[in-house]
Formats: sequence, C-alpha cells, structure tokens
Amino acid sequence: MEERSTSSTAVSTPGFLRRCVFSTDHKVVGLQYFFLSFAAVLIGTVLSLLMRIHLVWPTVSLPFFGTIKPENYLAFLTMHGTLMVFFVLSTVPQSGFGNYFLPLQLGVSEMAFPKLNAAGFWTTLLSFLILIAAFFVPGGASGAGWTQYPPLSAIANSGPGQALGTDLWLVSMGLFCVASVMGAINFITTTLKMRTPGMDLMRMPLTCWTWFVTAILSLLAFSVLLAAVILLLLDRNAGTAFFVPAGLIVSGKAVAQTGGSPLLWQHLFWFFGHPEVYIAILPGMGVTSHVLSVFSRKPVFGYRAMVWAIVAIGFLGFLVWGHHMFVSGMNPYAAFAFSALTTAIAVPSAIKTFNWIGTIWDGRIRFTTPLLFSVGFVSLFITGGLTGPLLAQPALDIYLHDTYFVVAHFHLIMAMAGLFAIFAATHFWFPKMFGRMMNERLGALHFWITFLGSYAIFMPMHLLGTAGHPRRYSELTGVQYVAAMAPLQKFVTVAAIITMSGQIIFLVNFFWSMFKGPTAPANPWECTTLEWTLPSPTPAGGFGEHVPMVNRGAYEYSAPGAETDYLMQDAPGS
Amino acid sequence: MAIALLLAILLVILACVYLFIAHPVWFPAGVSAHAAGVDHQFAVAFWLLGALFVAGHIALGISLMRARRRGKVTYTQGDWRLEALWTVLIAVLFFGFNVAGVRLWSQMKFQQPESDAVQVEVTGTQFEWYFRYAGADGKLGDTDAQRFAHPEEGNPLGIDPDDPAGKDDMVSTSLVLPVGRDVDLTLRSNDVIHSLFIPAMRFKQDAVPGMSIHAHFRPMQTGEYEISCAELCGTGHYRMRASVKVVSEAEFKQWVKSKELPSTAK
Repeated sequence: MEERSTSSTAVSTPGFLRRCVFSTDHKVVGLQYFFLSFAAVLIGTVLSLLMRIHLVWPTVSLPFFGTIKPENYLAFLTMHGTLMVFFVLSTVPQSGFGNYFLPLQLGVSEMAFPKLNAAGFWTTLLSFLILIAAFFVPGGASGAGWTQYPPLSAIANSGPGQALGTDLWLVSMGLFCVASVMGAINFITTTLKMRTPGMDLMRMPLTCWTWFVTAILSLLAFSVLLAAVILLLLDRNAGTAFFVPAGLIVSGKAVAQTGGSPLLWQHLFWFFGHPEVYIAILPGMGVTSHVLSVFSRKPVFGYRAMVWAIVAIGFLGFLVWGHHMFVSGMNPYAAFAFSALTTAIAVPSAIKTFNWIGTIWDGRIRFTTPLLFSVGFVSLFITGGLTGPLLAQPALDIYLHDTYFVVAHFHLIMAMAGLFAIFAATHFWFPKMFGRMMNERLGALHFWITFLGSYAIFMPMHLLGTAGHPRRYSELTGVQYVAAMAPLQKFVTVAAIITMSGQIIFLVNFFWSMFKGPTAPANPWECTTLEWTLPSPTPAGGFGEHVPMVNRGAYEYSAPGAETDYLMQDAPGS
Repeated sequence: MAIALLLAILLVILACVYLFIAHPVWFPAGVSAHAAGVDHQFAVAFWLLGALFVAGHIALGISLMRARRRGKVTYTQGDWRLEALWTVLIAVLFFGFNVAGVRLWSQMKFQQPESDAVQVEVTGTQFEWYFRYAGADGKLGDTDAQRFAHPEEGNPLGIDPDDPAGKDDMVSTSLVLPVGRDVDLTLRSNDVIHSLFIPAMRFKQDAVPGMSIHAHFRPMQTGEYEISCAELCGTGHYRMRASVKVVSEAEFKQWVKSKELPSTAK
C-alpha cells in the first residue's frame, strides 16, 4: 500500500505524506499494519514452503540459493514462527482491523492517542525491518526457534545463527513489545473513555469486546516479554547471567558466567507466550461471532455469556503458562495446578463454540465468503481445541511434548483458525476499507481449497506426533523411527504445496477487487453496527461533526415488529 | 452452498476418523511399567475427544441443514438454561478426564524408584548422549567440564582425574538396562537444553544445564529401543540419537564387568 501510493502520487500531491503515510488517522494506521502483515505473511509462507520441501526432498537445489542446510532450516523455522506469531497473528486482527474499526464501531472518528498510535506502527515497522535484516548478517538469522530457549540463545557460539542474528531477533522483539504496549494503552483508553453516547459496554459489538480484552492482555504480556528480552540481551552482551548457569562449555569453549537459570527464561517467556496465543485468537473469535450473527440474520446467541467467556479466557490465559513446561524440570507438583487451570480454559472455549452453533441454528443463512470462513473457523476451533485438554495432561504431554502432535494442535487452533478469521474479516470489511466488493466466486473457491487443505496438512501431523516424531528436525535421516515416517511427511508437503498455491486466488481477488471490483454501497451486508452508517469507503473524517446516538445492542437481527430484518444501532426508537 | 458445506464437513469427519482408525503411523509398543496406564489414558482421550469432535461437527452440520431460505427467523437472544446445562456437562467431562490423568501423573512422578534401581547419569551435549554408571564403588566421581572435559581423550564429561570415586566410572554412548528393574536417571547438560525422549518407554525429560533432574521408569521387555532428542539444541538436533538396550539381569552384570576393566585400566 505504502509503496504503491508513495511511488504514484507522493510527489504530485502536496500533503500526501502527512495524509497517507505519516498520518495519525486510525484508518490509515490500521491499513499500514494490514499491509505490513501482508508482507510478513508472504515471507512466512514462503519459508514454510521451503521447510516442507527440504524435509522430504533434501537434495533439491533452489535457484539463487542452492541446497538448504540444517542451519538454514532452523533459521527458516525461527523466522517463520516469529513472523507468523508476531507480525501476522498478533498484528492483523488486533492492530490492523482493530485500529480501523474499533473507533468506528464505537461511534467515534479518532483514537484516544492518535500520535502514540502512529508511533506504534512505525516502531513495529522498524522491528520488522530489523528482524528481516537478520537474514543478511554473517551466520544468518537465529536458529533457536521462536521460543529462544537459553543457553542456546544466550551463547553466541552455540550455532551458526546464534551470533548477530539472535541479537537482531532480540532487538526486534523488544521494539515489537514497546509498540504493542503503545497500541494497547490506546485501545484500552479508547474503549473506556471515547464511546459515543448510548454505547454501553454491554451494547458493544463482540469484536470491540475482544479488541478491548486483547489490549489488556497485550499490555500485561508484552511488558513481561520486554523484560525477558532485555535480560537476555544483557546476558549476551554485558556479561550478566540471568539465564546462564555455571560450568558450561559450548563448542569447546568455557563460558565464564555463573549463577543463572535457564528455567527462568521459560517462565518469563511463557508468562507472555500463553496469553500471546489468546492475543492472536481472541479478535478472531470476535470476528467469528460478529460475522455468524450478521449472515444468519439472528442475534448472537448468549451475548452476555460470550462477553464473560472472553473475559474468562483472557484471565485464565495468564494462569496456564506452566503447561508448556511439564518436561522442563519444573517441580512436578506445579503440574497439578497448571493442568487443572488449562482444563478450566476449555470451559469458556466450549461455551463460545456452543453459542456459535446456537447463533446459526435456524438462521436465514447467507452463504457469503465471510460466513464460509467463519464456519471454517468454528470447525478448526473444535478440531484444534479438542486436543487441548489432552495436552493439558502432564502424563500424556510427556509423550507428545515437542512432537508434531503439538505442531498440529497449535497450527489448527491458533494459526489456521486465526487465518480463517482474518480471511472472514478481510472479505467482510473490504467494502468499508476500499469502497469495492471482493469477488464472491473466487472467495468461495479460495475457501474450499484452504479449508480442506488445512485438514490435509495438519491432521496427519497428529499421527506423526503419536508415533513420536520430534518437531524442529531439519532432516528425517538422523533417527531411524523418524526416517520411517517419510511417506506421511511427503503427503503433508504435497498438501501444503497445493494449499499454498490456492492462496494465489486470494491475492488475485484482493488486488483485482481493490481496483476493479464493483463499487460497494454503504451497507452491503445489511449490518447493524455503526461503521456501516458511513459511506464506503470510510470518508477521511469518519463521522465528522455527527455524533451517533446508540439506542440498542449490536445484534438486532430479525427483531419482531421491525420493518427490515436488521435494526441499526443508532436508528431511532428503543 | 449449504449442501457443499455440509458435504465438506462430512468429508472432514470421515477423513479424520478414518485417519485415526487406519493410523499409517502410530505409537510404538509400550515397553515400560507405566506404559500401559499411559496408553489406556490415551485411548480414553482419543475416544472422548473423538466423540466430541464428531458431535461438534454433526451439530455444526445440522445447524447448516436447518438454514432457512425464507420465512421468519426465530428471534432469540440465547437461553441461559441450555447454556448452563452445556457448561456443566463439558466441565464434568473435562475435569473427570483431568482427574484420571492427574492420578496417572502422581504414579509416575511421586512413587520413588525401588532401592535396587540402576543409577545412571545422563548427560546431553551437542549432539551426543552420554550415560555414566558408577562402577563397583557405587559412587560417581566429581565432574568439571570446564577443566577436564576432553572428548578426544576419552573423558567427554570432564570426570575429575584426582577423584578416586571417578576411577571406575563407566561412560557409555548407549543406555544399557536390566529388564524388570527400575532405572533412576539423573539428567544433566553442560551446554544447552536437550530432551531425552524414549518413545517406547513413554518417557521424556529435559536435560537442563545447571540442574540435575531425576526421573525413573522400569523397562519390562528386552530389546533395543531408540532415543531421540526432543528439545531444539542446535544444527545437529535431528541426529542426536542413541539407543536403550534392555537385557537380562545376567547379561547386564556381564556388560558391567566387561566395561569396568578397560575403564579402570586407563
């Protein structure tokens, strides 16, 4: 977006930079985040494709690159995880759509802290550039995984990417944390202080509820990661020993530090890392609730239960980090608490699933692309979610921990479900963002390939895990029982290649529709929420002088006695 | 479109159920004392969660089947009684399942190994496992990797040459165990975190630098089983393999004797 606009019009239109690049307008900032993630997701996807190809055809020589070596594989793996978790799943649903639509759905034209908001984006962009730069330094990008467990991540000679590449990773993450906290403060304040008259908390669209709760999670979780990242940077560069214990000898060289604890990092990292998965998925849950209600022409089933489930998931999300550490050497008594609390989080998640099905039950469903992706979200959420209570059991997790079973679990529940919510939201809000409609036929085709493809890729990975295939293996030949699983790995790679090729349909649809799609009316989906009272695309000034007065909740579809099957939130009457 | 979506959901249910029933790859046979309990809990998990998976998708399918083309939609904001019923039902199911799993965990972690357990110190290094046995004196010698570790001189763990307890220590690159006797492992690492994974024993434990972590199990069948590393430890992570050789008590004694001689001769 930025590249396109700067190249074409930056020179000719005075003030363009102010208006569309260095803007403090929440809509521009939202789109900037959106297109930053677009770049990140393209790189992240290519990396996973390279990894899949290397796993099953290790001798293939790539143009301009040659064969992939183990250290390349680990760098791809680390960067894939980092890009996808931070710059895609934590960025598009919250910072992208949230920035654009939170104020509009609350009936205001500006965020509480517009400059802080813009500063958040530019910091995120800087963080992204530093991360990518790691590919080009000596030794390449970090190969310690997105979890960066020390001492591997703390000692520069523990592997090829562990020198400057890892320092850049840490600096990048530190900046990302700062940016996320800026954004979070802005979201929380805007939600609590800026709502238009009549917009009670319990009248807010569920999307706003999830953005709000996610912002609280971001504020608390990213602050902890920032601290951890700074400590690790100090261990690496200032001779401190927060995470490095005494007596180490790495690559034949004695390490001078004494007194640190590798488990301390794991506690800090997962204290951030587990809320992080809810930061990634909560906004997706909000979008799903919203879209299912709109296209079923029915109110959200159990709106209040949904709100409490969001809050409960957010709260419990901070109390379960130890389930990542059942085999870490943590005191085994702690496993009781973490296991029970993790099981507890399945309850509000189940409530949400129940209510999604309740929402579409007996509805007059309009089978649009956003609806398809939201139904897909529910399906993936059920499938990926149900392995949660299994992995929450330490006795079973001992076997499955760090195998492909876990890879399958979190890709279905967080990555694929999250992605489906992003696709639903993109198709749903595209008319409001760009003033044109996306193509429904291409949208449906893209859905079918992605939906069936997700299952084809990740279901077999569960089986690899049950057979004991550890994750993060760059070759299948090192361990005999792993080598025996090559045929199933090959199937997964083929499924991945087909599914990824299917994403070209989305790219074509997106960019074609942006310029050539049919012009969108103000409210093409016949929605009730306030952003649809504005023309499409949203005018620069938002609501301008107009102050919407909210008279009802966000999901008044098919209300008895109403003339249309939807009642706008600001329509007169009560 | 409703019908296409229904068919897709049906396809997903059938394909997933088929995949788990046919399971082209699956758990290796469990050969430790606690494996049966773990496998039973896995079976419970797969049936319970599999049933919920099918039920959830059938409910999703039915809700799509009931979609109306025209006519009035029942306006409802929800139903607290249904909501409460579902919540209690799912909580009972999940916590019941959780309690059974917690009992299993207690058996695995809080029952001490028998007093005649074989003591083995396991050290993970980039990218090799070492297993150290105490020898005739029953005592392991002190180690200091920074001062004494010389893999090329046959002392990869850095056993202190001046400590008499270390003289008869035996270091092996495979884990040899007598069948039917507990083994009490002490896991250590001198560089980065590794994880000792023995799928056939249903066993996994991280080896963390700076910590000595105890974990125990009892092999019940003779044979050779593979060990892999389950915690990313660097470029050679994928080839950090070793094996467990479970042998009869007599063979074990003989192996210990044969290992002791060259070790003390050195």
